Amino acid sequence: MRPAAGQGQAFAWRGGGKGASAADPMAIAARIIEAARDVEPAAEVEVLARGGVDALTRFANGAIHQNVAEDIRHVSVRVALNGRSARYAVDGPLDDDAIAGLLRRALEAARVRPVDPDWPGLATPAPAPPVDHWDAATAEADPAERASRVADFVRAAGGLETAGYCSTAARVVAYANTNGQQLSGRSTLAVLDGIARTGTSDGSARAASAGIGELDGRALGREASGRAHDAADPGDLDPGRYEVVLGPSCVADVIGFLYRFGFNARAVEEGRSFVRLGEAQFDERVTLLDDVADPGQVGIAFDAEGTPKTPLTVVHAGTTTQVLCTRRTAARARLRSTGHAPESGEDWGGLMTNPVLAPGDRAADQLVAHVERGLLVTDFWYTRILDPRTEVVTGLTRNGVWLVQDGRVVRPVRNLRFTQSYVDALQPGAVLGVGSDRALIVGSDGDEPTLVPSLHLRSWNFSGGARG
Amino acid sequence: MFDVATAAVEAALSAGARYADARAMEQRSETMHARNGVVEKLDRAERAGVGVRALIGSSWGFHAVPDLTTAAAREAGVRAAAIARASGLAAGPSTELAPEPPSVGSWASECLEDPWSVSLAEKGDLLEGVTRTMLEHGADIAEAQERAWETRKWFVSSEGHRVDQHIRECGAAMSATAVGETETQRRSYPGIRGQYGTRGWELVRDLDLPENAARIAEEARALLSAPQCPGLDATDLILGSEQMALQIHESVGHAVELDRILGWEAAFAGTSWLDLAQLGSLRFGSDLMNVTADATLPGALGSFGYDDEGTPSHPVDIVRGGTWVGVLSGRDSATRIGRPSGGAVRAEAFDRIPMVRMTNVGLLPGENSLEEMIAATDAGILMDTNRSWSIDDRRLNFQFGCEIGWEIKGGRRGRMLRNPTYTGISPRFWGSMDMLGDRSEWTFWGTPNCGKGQPQQIGHTGHPAVPARFRGVRVGVRG
Repeated sequence: MRPAAGQGQAFAWRGGGKGASAADPMAIAARIIEAARDVEPAAEVEVLARGGVDALTRFANGAIHQNVAEDIRHVSVRVALNGRSARYAVDGPLDDDAIAGLLRRALEAARVRPVDPDWPGLATPAPAPPVDHWDAATAEADPAERASRVADFVRAAGGLETAGYCSTAARVVAYANTNGQQLSGRSTLAVLDGIARTGTSDGSARAASAGIGELDGRALGREASGRAHDAADPGDLDPGRYEVVLGPSCVADVIGFLYRFGFNARAVEEGRSFVRLGEAQFDERVTLLDDVADPGQVGIAFDAEGTPKTPLTVVHAGTTTQVLCTRRTAARARLRSTGHAPESGEDWGGLMTNPVLAPGDRAADQLVAHVERGLLVTDFWYTRILDPRTEVVTGLTRNGVWLVQDGRVVRPVRNLRFTQSYVDALQPGAVLGVGSDRALIVGSDGDEPTLVPSLHLRSWNFSGGARG
Repeated sequence: MFDVATAAVEAALSAGARYADARAMEQRSETMHARNGVVEKLDRAERAGVGVRALIGSSWGFHAVPDLTTAAAREAGVRAAAIARASGLAAGPSTELAPEPPSVGSWASECLEDPWSVSLAEKGDLLEGVTRTMLEHGADIAEAQERAWETRKWFVSSEGHRVDQHIRECGAAMSATAVGETETQRRSYPGIRGQYGTRGWELVRDLDLPENAARIAEEARALLSAPQCPGLDATDLILGSEQMALQIHESVGHAVELDRILGWEAAFAGTSWLDLAQLGSLRFGSDLMNVTADATLPGALGSFGYDDEGTPSHPVDIVRGGTWVGVLSGRDSATRIGRPSGGAVRAEAFDRIPMVRMTNVGLLPGENSLEEMIAATDAGILMDTNRSWSIDDRRLNFQFGCEIGWEIKGGRRGRMLRNPTYTGISPRFWGSMDMLGDRSEWTFWGTPNCGKGQPQQIGHTGHPAVPARFRGVRVGVRG
């Protein structure tokens, strides 16, 4: 994934105008810091600048119907005057006059703010780890490259109805502040995600990577259509507790909720989290990290506050060891920020950026082979939390569910609704097997890239059928 | 700005598009958030640029640039056409557009007090004050937020549309969370998402946050020791209007989006249980059920003068007397079923492609007050204020949770219940509705966070709603 020299220049910001509008994100960030020192020397100022291109090709009913691309030029400026802070963001033309206006408005807003007693100050200079999840082919992908992968997927589905998307994204990000901290990074992401549909079932397949070359439309189309055929003509199954083998996208959903509502220093401080540091809250088979440096991950190695990200072990062999911090939540807990501040996310606290669940030693089909009586689940859908403290979540299955008996898949079943505590599902003794497979699961906008295996769990509460 | 949009359209046509349209847009937004007596976030943002849509064969190509020069617009038009042409590698039947006379006009939402004219100090004082009140009355975590948006857009199409709009929206929310030994309880006002509309700051003043801060904090604290909502397979359920707005949004609004019904959203948002062969005959609910999609309602969050294809706003019947009669549509989807556009196509910003979105999808009022519903119920549960929401990908099976419930016995509201949930199947549930709130309870709820599409777009939708009673509903599902 190492780039050839000068590849980042492909994402210099274009535009008419004068001054900084023709510069790259770091030049923009540095220019704003320089201007800020002139305008208000006493101000603390930080700049997060992002440039690049996002493109996404959508298909449904076997044909491309929406095909979009956007140039990105985003700047977010946060200023603080004696603990009075405000943020101003701009997506649009940004020349010298616009920069001056941006700073003026941000400072005006800050001046009338009340003093924030918990203002943590800005990051001090520190280097970020040498992470570079960049692929030139992804960065330069044209619409035809996405469309050809879609066409491969559609053809490989063998006549089944298909739907999904293929996306490519390339981002160059820069951070600078008046303490002298300066960081830059870049990342690409390519995704192909689709379903094939029989009249009675759907089957899904997906791949995500920094490199578009790893997206094989034909293989994914075959996989999706195979799943759809295997899931066809499902039967009913009584709700109740069952063993489950969860596919990677389900596991990513579980991990996402644990991070957002649990491993978040703000939630812990306020008593809304299940987390008890130092306790064996999970099965010993569970080791959970946040690690942007993992070769299977994507993204950049610093957060929106300019704090470098280093690999963080959140759960080690079942014991909770760490929570995610921003500068604000870290200061209140007398800790150091872990580098998990989202842009404009003060009300959330530290959020995951690159979760990694350590793989096990069983192939995914071997997980199924160890099931006595349970369900094999491909995807979850529309999961929502009922109570953040207990992490009880409700949602439904989607894109293929099968009954497994004595280690063998017996028959497909209709989608089921579940109501289940995600913490209880992984408690000590609850994890019967961890897959050796690893899949990068990303949100529909490439957010929260989660690298996870399949899991075999002792018990999952299916609270009703999707038909009533 | 019309020149910018026109340059984009002309460039797309020159590059081979048989139809093109463009929106030049300027937007600004503000979010102020207070927590436990301190404003800890003040974000303001500006976005400006042009987005161009080009039609070639079966596919839309769309390109957006954060730039408002005619040169950038022309380049965006050319690239939109190139993107559409590439779609020919996986082509479908040719996309056609339902005929619409080209609109030429201008529209602005009514705004009595410009949100940007209200000082940040006043806003901060309001939010900090109500969070302090909530802390004093039992909240462990007290939060309050105000948001405002201002959008100016100039739309031009190759068919001669030329429309400009100026829309101002704002609103506010607050919540009190009480933390117990094993769980948390939360009360929100006026609802989990707050209340928003295409109005000025007068909307926030009308909410009267200070008057309600102590009450919701006390209710959150009381919920920690309230009995659990019982698990019952069938009981009478009365829903307050805020929860009804969510019920309408999830189980009616999304289900009647024509792009979903046609399968265009199958892989992500999902499809719909509704079968177009039954449009005009299917029983969606009881005789009391009358639902419209009406973007002309003054002040509602889903109101506008023209949608993002230039179609003038107009009311559309969705359910009439319990029968499914209409859909949410745009020009490309409506033509597939031989209907005119429903004028329901919108985009979040200049950098997103317009797609079918809810306007103001809501229930027309009935004839009962909430108190009459309670008095007419021998045994049941009253629930209000949404807490969790989950529905299947065909918009058929749902399970929703509310912040608060009350037992109803012998026609009287009794003890408070915590963790109330209910579940059902859409047509069965709506078919059981036998009492409906009257016009005095009709509230135009605003949802500022409806996610749909890839890349995802956050839509602003409105939901006129009243309280209603449903019979034989399963409640109290827990993990």
